[in-house]
Amino acid sequence: MSVVVYTESWEGKFKKASFEAVSYAARTASQIGTDVVAVVIGSCSEDLSSLGYYGANQVIHYSNPDFNNFNPKSYASILTDAVNNRSAQGVVLSGSFNGKAIAPLLAIRLKAGLITNVASLPESISPMRVKRGAFSSKGFVVYESKQEKFILSIIPNGIGIVESSVSAQVETNESFSAEANSELVSVNKAKGSIPLPEAEIVVSGGRGLKGPENWNMVEELATVLGAGTACSKPVSDMHWRPHSEHVGQTGIAINPNLYIAIGISGAIQHLAGVSNSRTIVVINSDPEAPFFKAADYGIVGDAFDVVPKLTAALKEFKAQN
Amino acid sequence: MKILVCISHVPDTTSKIQFTSDGKSLDTTGIQFVINPYDEFALTRALWFKEKEGGSVTVVNVGKANTEPTLRKALAIGADDAIRIDAEPTDGFAVASELISLIATEKYDLVIMGRESIDYNGTQVPGMVAALLDWPFVNACVGMEVEGGVATCIREIDGGKETVKASLPMIVAGQKGLVEEKDLRIPNMRGIMTARTKPLKVIPSISNEVATEAIKFERPAGKQACKMVSSDDVKALVDLLHNEAKAI
Ligand SMILES: Cc1cc2nc3c(=O)[nH]c(=O)nc-3n(C[C@H](O)[C@H](O)[C@H](O)COP(=O)(O)OP(=O)(O)OC[C@H]3O[C@@H](n4cnc5c(N)ncnc54)[C@H](O)[C@@H]3O)c2cc1C
Ligand SMILES: Nc1ncnc2c1ncn2[C@@H]1O[C@H](COP(=O)(O)O)[C@@H](O)[C@H]1O
Repeated sequence: MSVVVYTESWEGKFKKASFEAVSYAARTASQIGTDVVAVVIGSCSEDLSSLGYYGANQVIHYSNPDFNNFNPKSYASILTDAVNNRSAQGVVLSGSFNGKAIAPLLAIRLKAGLITNVASLPESISPMRVKRGAFSSKGFVVYESKQEKFILSIIPNGIGIVESSVSAQVETNESFSAEANSELVSVNKAKGSIPLPEAEIVVSGGRGLKGPENWNMVEELATVLGAGTACSKPVSDMHWRPHSEHVGQTGIAINPNLYIAIGISGAIQHLAGVSNSRTIVVINSDPEAPFFKAADYGIVGDAFDVVPKLTAALKEFKAQN
Repeated sequence: MKILVCISHVPDTTSKIQFTSDGKSLDTTGIQFVINPYDEFALTRALWFKEKEGGSVTVVNVGKANTEPTLRKALAIGADDAIRIDAEPTDGFAVASELISLIATEKYDLVIMGRESIDYNGTQVPGMVAALLDWPFVNACVGMEVEGGVATCIREIDGGKETVKASLPMIVAGQKGLVEEKDLRIPNMRGIMTARTKPLKVIPSISNEVATEAIKFERPAGKQACKMVSSDDVKALVDLLHNEAKAI
């Protein structure tokens, strides 16, 4: 039995999405009545037993240096090994770009039912039934696995982290090796920014900001809030901002705690990627902007006036709290 | 290069999504179906490869006869020929299982798909096809060049980009960046006319296995009315975000 969970680290530290995945795996495992085996791949400078705080009973560290670079095929082999080793019933991963690369490969190897974009805890575990987001946040579909094993890829930031305090046993596997059929040449890290799918607060700008030179204002607001920055599609099409910041139906789908949209009209394709945010604030000079219909809080006003005032008010708030 | 582009047939991005009253399926009344936007980037990149070094671009869809207009549109954009595998695309595994025998028999050098279908957002088919064929796989691809049978691909990762090399044949799941938005082609009159005479072959389904099943469709919960705050009182917004929404 067991539920296996894939954890990812970034610059040697566990990603928050990994804690969320472990926590999800623990809650699923307790529904099944089994334990959680977390898999750590490649070099990691963290105390691996800390995964116990999120509910991992065991941690297997596949430490062969060949695995320091991400590779979908070899990582899928590792997870297959962990599943076979523990006769696990299923695997949980976060729907990061790497998680999304591995999950379908793993589904074929394990002959498992893969459910992606998972948005809540399982409704039943035998058969595995779980609600997932679909139609770019315009709907949900409950899926059922038709195979004995399941793989659940969860929406980052979707379900949240529940702490527990299990003592995790750590085991190192130095010898396992696996073939790869592609090779990582280089990694180009985006400077200083918070990866969008992980950001709890996102500040986003649209065509209403008039030009790339006006993004200082957005970045200052983001800095005060510890937020990631995003943009609407035309803004990335015009290269005011990088593609990786484009959110919406054809960009990244996000569901932060707080989404602040500045100078964005709220077209259906934009809403499709952001409407699952828990709280939405819209700042727009046009009181008829459709975005207000999808917002929790709105300010009708000129962004060039409102945003600096908001940044100042938040600075003051942060200084006092 | 002999290239295959896999196309899914999805509701236009402006569609309001409704489900049938029994909650068992998508209500397609009034919905326009289009080429999955991610697949348009894939198709355009494939056409560039062909224009540069020759070869052919085939498009394929796993679907019933109602998807043929979508395939014709891909032909009008510039694909040489189209194939429809006559099966209901019930889940990612079913679609992948239908595609692999075509890919293996036709010996494509490169298969380009989209990062995900905007209907079910599965992100399953490309990776599953790669695993079934044991071919290299690059997802979220935002740039690709091929030289001497080796592809150099840039893929998006959380927090940056990485460059990956692999030998053809391989499976690429792409998105904007593969080509830019402005590079996408709108079919012109001549394209539409010639598309009518280009071959569209229908081949029978070969598999009926699924790994998952959709049980129930639900609409998201509606939002409460938006609370408006005066632009002269942004402090009130900070208070609401802190005390009411507990978002900061
Ligand atoms: C196939 C397809 C896919 C798409 N996918 C996406 C997607 O994934 N994501 C996406 O975002 N879009 C997407 N779009 C585009 C979408 O339809 C809209 O065109 C786009 O979202 C509009 O961007 P915007 O709100 O920044 O610009 P606009 O629609 O031009 O809106 C600008 C807004 O700024 C306001 N404004 C102007 N000046 C000020 C000021 N001084 N202060 C405050 N507010 C001001 C205006 O009132 C207006 O509401 C897609 C479109 C298609 C056809
Ligand atoms: N029914 C289908 N027919 C052909 N290709 C498909 C089909 N469904 C998905 N694909 C391809 O797989 C990609 C990812 O789709 P998905 O795994 O469904 O999110 C799409 O962008 C298409 O390239």
